Amino acid sequence: MSYLNKILNNCKQATFLIEKKQIKRLSFREGIELRIHLAGCGLCQLYDKQSHIINSMVQQLYHDTFKNELKLDDTFKADLQARIEREMN
Amino acid sequence: MTTESNVLNPHKWVANYADYLYMYAIVRINDEDTAKDLVQETLLAALERADRFEGKSTERTWLTAILKNKIIDVYRKKSSGLAIASANKAAQEQDAFFEEDNGHWKAEYAPQPIAAMDEHDPLLKKELNAILQLCLKKLPELWKSVFTMKHIDDAATETICTELHVTQANFWVIIHRAKINLRACLQKNWN
Repeated sequence: MSYLNKILNNCKQATFLIEKKQIKRLSFREGIELRIHLAGCGLCQLYDKQSHIINSMVQQLYHDTFKNELKLDDTFKADLQARIEREMN
Repeated sequence: MTTESNVLNPHKWVANYADYLYMYAIVRINDEDTAKDLVQETLLAALERADRFEGKSTERTWLTAILKNKIIDVYRKKSSGLAIASANKAAQEQDAFFEEDNGHWKAEYAPQPIAAMDEHDPLLKKELNAILQLCLKKLPELWKSVFTMKHIDDAATETICTELHVTQANFWVIIHRAKINLRACLQKNWN
């Protein structure tokens, strides 16, 4: 198998680079290899798109948790406050 | 909003910060009882350390920093021993997504469009979010810790490696595998 064919077929490596790229700059060679692969692979193009969407969904979940204002129950808070007061004396 | 101050007032901690700390913990730990325990441990540890507070940060920032360290301790505990075995098992499963000889997607795992991702229907989005939460819960603990620290806390890669005792090479593998698994889990449960 030629070097080019290897790049074109290797979705495992391409998805690895897609993930890496979202966190840090790829090396020159990694960048070229990923571009060549993506140009010829619709499956990994779709993966790339979905992977980015998943990241923003995770971020969103996190913000929603804060928006939903989860609250500790008052009994727990009262007990904890009492414990703090005890420790302070 | 709570008032920010650079003076410690433990009498007001529960009223001012307990809910905030609880939410902070729950997003990262995903378990209500553990999150409760962490809030309690954080405030009691803060009390012991109150004399070391220099007023360089706000009360809330200082308390959050203590909580952060406690969360990392939980990650570490969860990611040792048994968890490593389950991460290895999950890694083997992930290898099943690609052909062994050339790394091409296996037909049955190849990415397919997930309708709810492309549409702006709030109901579909909600459903997909619920599935995502389940999928996140299913990830091996170590992967979840790495993924959360990176994507929610935006922690530096070096920090994550040091805190969770993983090598750089291992870090990239985990980031890759966690996402491949999450995406596959979404696809499987959506369609």
